[in-house]
Amino acid sequence: MPLSLEEVRHVAALARLELEPEEERLFAEQLGAVLEYVRKLEELELDGVEPTSHVVAVEHPLREDRVTNRPRPEELLANTPERDGNFVKVPKILE
Amino acid sequence: MTDPFRLSVREARRLLDEGELSSKELTRATLERIHGTDEVLGAFLTVCEDLALRQAEESDSRRGRPLSPLDGIPVGVKDVICTRGVRTTAASRMLESFVPPYDATVVERLRRAGAVLVGKLNCDEFAMGSSTENSAFRRTRNPWDRERVPGGSSGGSAAAVAARQCPLALGTDTGGSIRQPAALCGVVGLKPTYGRVSRYGVVAYASSLEQVGPIAREVWDCAAALGVLAGHDPADATSVPREVPDYLGVLERPLGRPRVGLPSEYFGDGIDPVVRDRVLSAVEVLRELGAEVGETSLPHTPYAVACYYLVATAEASSNLARYDGIRYGFRAPDAKDLLDLYCRTRRLGFGPEVKRRIMLGTYALSAGYYEAYYLRAQKVRTLIRRDFETAFSRYDVLATPTSPTSAFPLGSRLHDPLQMYLSDVLTIAVNLAGLPAISLPCGFDDSGLPVGLQLVGRPFEEETILRLGHAYQSATSWHRAEPPLDQRGSTGG
Repeated sequence: MPLSLEEVRHVAALARLELEPEEERLFAEQLGAVLEYVRKLEELELDGVEPTSHVVAVEHPLREDRVTNRPRPEELLANTPERDGNFVKVPKILE
Repeated sequence: MTDPFRLSVREARRLLDEGELSSKELTRATLERIHGTDEVLGAFLTVCEDLALRQAEESDSRRGRPLSPLDGIPVGVKDVICTRGVRTTAASRMLESFVPPYDATVVERLRRAGAVLVGKLNCDEFAMGSSTENSAFRRTRNPWDRERVPGGSSGGSAAAVAARQCPLALGTDTGGSIRQPAALCGVVGLKPTYGRVSRYGVVAYASSLEQVGPIAREVWDCAAALGVLAGHDPADATSVPREVPDYLGVLERPLGRPRVGLPSEYFGDGIDPVVRDRVLSAVEVLRELGAEVGETSLPHTPYAVACYYLVATAEASSNLARYDGIRYGFRAPDAKDLLDLYCRTRRLGFGPEVKRRIMLGTYALSAGYYEAYYLRAQKVRTLIRRDFETAFSRYDVLATPTSPTSAFPLGSRLHDPLQMYLSDVLTIAVNLAGLPAISLPCGFDDSGLPVGLQLVGRPFEEETILRLGHAYQSATSWHRAEPPLDQRGSTGG
């Protein structure tokens, strides 16, 4: 069953994604089909089954808190779309 | 001597060691081959001509000293892996002009081993796809039939190696993205155990599933590459501090009697009968090599694709939140406020499959649905892992087809996401369980398209599948077949 356009718009807003009206219709249908497919997971009895979030047990890794200064600020800022000296520029957020 | 660009890593290594060939000659031949074929093939997004020749010269000046097996060897790197000073796009408009200020750990290890970076390889945008048709920049064609896909998402890597554009390439495998294109292009692709290889500097898609691995024409080449790539990295909290075996050293050791299990679910409906036939013939070869073959079962296989798409898209929606137009990458012009800037940047910067997966993942994680979808999928993941644990209590290796079909025509699955997702039905469970697996060429179908055999091993037992794969290649010649590609990249047949 397709998602409603309202649901699609709600999810798009959560994802900070602007969609074209045509995309909204397409995703309503395609996501509906995929969600219907994944509903087969409901067939399984999962009481008492622990979820897996990591396949390998890794000890909590800790390291010394040391400044390495690499990459350098200038290198990091080189990819910034808009900047002013060492500041990243964004549209005005306060009136 | 054969054309240098036709040499495998192992063959080139021998000639380099004997002084019959210089890295500069090899690299030149490789670059010429790329220039001569890539207009049609479309495997590369960036070719690093100057850098490669400089690195080759440096390698030649080291000759005479003990060198790593990759020293002087041309390597192509999937464009989701960061390369310092070399554009890294993830095949997305979002990162079209991104030049990383650092190397991914795997690239740093390649550089330290003396490998020569010849260029960055095409892929599906942010590694999302099974055909390399989701690249924002170009289509890669299958060298065996240019009207067919090379597989994905590491389609550029597999096509380049098959077409003799470079003897070795790096790919990433989140749900089969190394093994499936390797199978569809007739080359070898290795996905290491999760945690074996550092993911630092790899553009993140689904962090709990993806691993970097090599694509080459011989198992020997993959073993050599894994020896360079593997090992603990303090910069990646998911990398495992565990000793790295000498993969090349164990390759020739006697096989003994490895127990090989055939999971019945991987040979049933939905598998092309010709694919099944070729894979079963390959299993016969394994039996002749001494393997003890038996049937087994992975009963939760029918749930793997559903489980994967919930876990992977949930992680993707979270990982891709960083593309907001603020610190790096594309920024939409003329936004009226900050929210508008985020939303428009993401609308213009992402392609349709990326948006689809962000939407699915956001939905699965959103209030009211988290338990029904994401948490449920993580529990099913536990059942899938347990299936493998049970099978590996009786068997050392599992053998399956890699892809249910051979390479499909360009465009044929592009508008049916579900059908496309099912392209990875035989590889996905391995990622959910974090296991090592390799795909090997094991024959051709009736249209002359390659078929792949998948061998799956226990966690951190890459040696076992490498040794079995190496023995298989020593007994067969499928991996030596070359696609009918002339210098202009046209394919015959």
